Amino acid sequence: MLEVNGVKKVYEGKSRTVEAVRNLTFTLQEGEFACLVGPSGSGKTTLLKIMSGLLDPTEGEVLLNGKKVDGPPPGMAIVFQEYGRSLFPWMSVRDNVELPLKQKKVAAARRKELVDESIAAVGLADVHSAYPWQLSGGMQQRVAIARAIAYEPQVLLMDEPFAAVDAQTRADLEDLVRDLWHRFQVTTLFVTHDIDESVYLGQRVIVLSSSPTVIRDDVAIDLPDERNQLHTRSSPRFAELRARVFEQIHRPKEETPGAVDPHAPAVIGQN
Amino acid sequence: MAFLRRFGFALGLPLVLFALWWVTSANSTNFYFPPLSLILDSLVAEWFGPRLADDVLPSLMRLAAGYAIAAVVGITLGVLIGTYKRLRDLLEPVLEFFRAIPPPVIVPILMLIFGIENTMKIVVIAFGCMWPILLNTAEGVRAVDSVLSDTARTYRISGAARLRYLILPSASPQMAAGLRQGLSVAIILMVISELFAASDGLGFAIVQAQRSFAIPEMWAGMIMLGLLGFLLSLLFRLVENRWLAWYHGLRRAQRAG
Amino acid sequence: MTESPVTVYEPAAANPDAGVAPKTPPRRALGSSPLVLGTIGLLALVLLFEILPRLEILPSQFFPTSSEIGAALIDQLGQPDFWAALLDTIYGWALGLLIAAVAGVVLGIVIGSSHFLRELTASTIEFLRPIPSVALIPLAVLLFGTAIESKLLLVIYASFWPVLIQVLYGVQDVDPVAQDTARAYRFDFWARIRYVTWPTALPYIMTGLRLSAAVALILAVTSELVIGNPGLGNRLAVAQSSGAIEATYALVVVSGILGVIVNLVFRYIERRTLSWHPSQRAEVAL
Repeated sequence: MLEVNGVKKVYEGKSRTVEAVRNLTFTLQEGEFACLVGPSGSGKTTLLKIMSGLLDPTEGEVLLNGKKVDGPPPGMAIVFQEYGRSLFPWMSVRDNVELPLKQKKVAAARRKELVDESIAAVGLADVHSAYPWQLSGGMQQRVAIARAIAYEPQVLLMDEPFAAVDAQTRADLEDLVRDLWHRFQVTTLFVTHDIDESVYLGQRVIVLSSSPTVIRDDVAIDLPDERNQLHTRSSPRFAELRARVFEQIHRPKEETPGAVDPHAPAVIGQN
Repeated sequence: MAFLRRFGFALGLPLVLFALWWVTSANSTNFYFPPLSLILDSLVAEWFGPRLADDVLPSLMRLAAGYAIAAVVGITLGVLIGTYKRLRDLLEPVLEFFRAIPPPVIVPILMLIFGIENTMKIVVIAFGCMWPILLNTAEGVRAVDSVLSDTARTYRISGAARLRYLILPSASPQMAAGLRQGLSVAIILMVISELFAASDGLGFAIVQAQRSFAIPEMWAGMIMLGLLGFLLSLLFRLVENRWLAWYHGLRRAQRAG
Repeated sequence: MTESPVTVYEPAAANPDAGVAPKTPPRRALGSSPLVLGTIGLLALVLLFEILPRLEILPSQFFPTSSEIGAALIDQLGQPDFWAALLDTIYGWALGLLIAAVAGVVLGIVIGSSHFLRELTASTIEFLRPIPSVALIPLAVLLFGTAIESKLLLVIYASFWPVLIQVLYGVQDVDPVAQDTARAYRFDFWARIRYVTWPTALPYIMTGLRLSAAVALILAVTSELVIGNPGLGNRLAVAQSSGAIEATYALVVVSGILGVIVNLVFRYIERRTLSWHPSQRAEVAL
């Protein structure tokens, strides 16, 4: 349903050329929950922006239901890492969730239903009239998630959504995301640099190398669907999967001559 | 108790200063510094009497008209210039130049073109206070947060909705700063435009009083102008506090965190 | 923006705008650099003022062409009186600004350093600040006539407030931990001002100075225009009343250029002081 075909992104700077993403190809199935994990500095954010149509790829294309993405498509929602900057500070929690629905021309009654349902689903029913900045970081990210859910997207992209919250909040939010995925059956791509998080959350982990980014591995997560912060994370299978992903990320790059971009020698040198 | 304390602090110094002025001027025979009691008599009798409708009101009407025009034009152009980088690059030096011209110097020129009637005064006020509004709006529009802008794009909020829900609110704190600067410029220009040639208005009446050596009345007019400046800025603050409640809250939250 | 700041690879982190409008360097160099566009904008303004009056789209009776204004400007530059007037304006502006700045900084630090004084004076400052300085014109005329004092009175009153307000903000911005540290090491009052308060307040003072410098110029010229102190404003009023319309425009241009220079110089100074200061902050709105 969501296909990434040979996507490549090269940034042309004033003094140097940087290849952020090199020839990525993968496909997400309907209803799938996949995680994209890569080290800091791999072109994860770039890739996500290309998939969401915020950024044009230099080469390749992204297809959503067979249609080429060349601008933010309908039916796609993103949760950004910077919760403090992705919510409209001049609108209440409720208005933040409702605004995209208004734009989608959802009828008022249905809109109210969706907003109420999604705000309740993330556990914020009692603060729906507050401003986002009156809430803690974790709660703000819940608002952003509620907004994405209420939008009823076909695909939900999450860009390191929990990188800026504390550990306990993070665990709660991880379980919330799994719970919401079960309830709403939305195709989800979750980007993270945290290996444990990637293994814990999804059905599949796509492992990226550092920049210029290529796919290192595509690991099916065969953990039981019923997951739990304590037991799942301490299971032997979790440890195995975790080790596999870890090895792939930390495997040194094969410096085959073909892998060196002739346009970016300086960048290779600085690695 | 805390309330009394705050009250005392707020009124203490002004009362002391007022009393000091009253006492030191009470038996003043200095022609230029008449007793405060005389000034206050004139303030009540003249400025809150016939002159309120004859002079203060016309001034305020012109102020309102000029300020409103400047706000509409300044915000519209500011949004355009803030949105299109090419346009901004093209016009920036020109705008910097117009902003730097001390607004009163255009009064003589506008007098030539529009005569000395209301039109000239309104144009003077509008022209002078438009620049801070325009430039601040442009700056605010330019600085819309990139994540917020991406968010709006992914939810396909575009066109008029983007302007209404993203651009204008996001630029509103800067816009308010420009409008506040513009207001004080507008008051200055309201007075200045009446000094050259006029038949009514606060500035006209005060200078008239000074030229005819009606000193208590002149002092009373100055106080009236001061009161007006104070009240208008108070009014502005009240409106702004309601309008930008979210912004002040956000700033407080950021400072605390 | 999401990746750690040490990475050299994430172009989005280095330049968040890079992805929005990736432009190739050659195109930028040719027609779209701000410098080129800005120059084009200025030239277009000059050209418009040349053409529109010629075509009588703007009545040429009121709008001289750019070349006529330019000629009048060159004519002005050749007159010693013009230079005397320019110096008069600059002198009144600089002296008034200096007095206002010193008074604003000293009073600001004294009031700002004491909680009691701050509370005591807050309402009075809030009342006096918005009083338009032009309200003082009649008094200035009565007391000083067209002597420089009347100009100074207006300039000082108007440019005092921005400095004072900014210094008050600046002094309140002093890190309480730094203040406590200074106390713990038994710094005396002057040492605390010198090493703690002053460095924190300095960028604010510069911001206040930049705002004040612009206001001071407006009031200096206004005073000359309205009261008749010698200076550019007075020269402009004379030119206008004698029907020398080209000269009037030329003097408006001069006052605008003077304003641009003042803005640029004070913005430069402000940026210099801010560059070493760790706290990058938004301008405190006045």
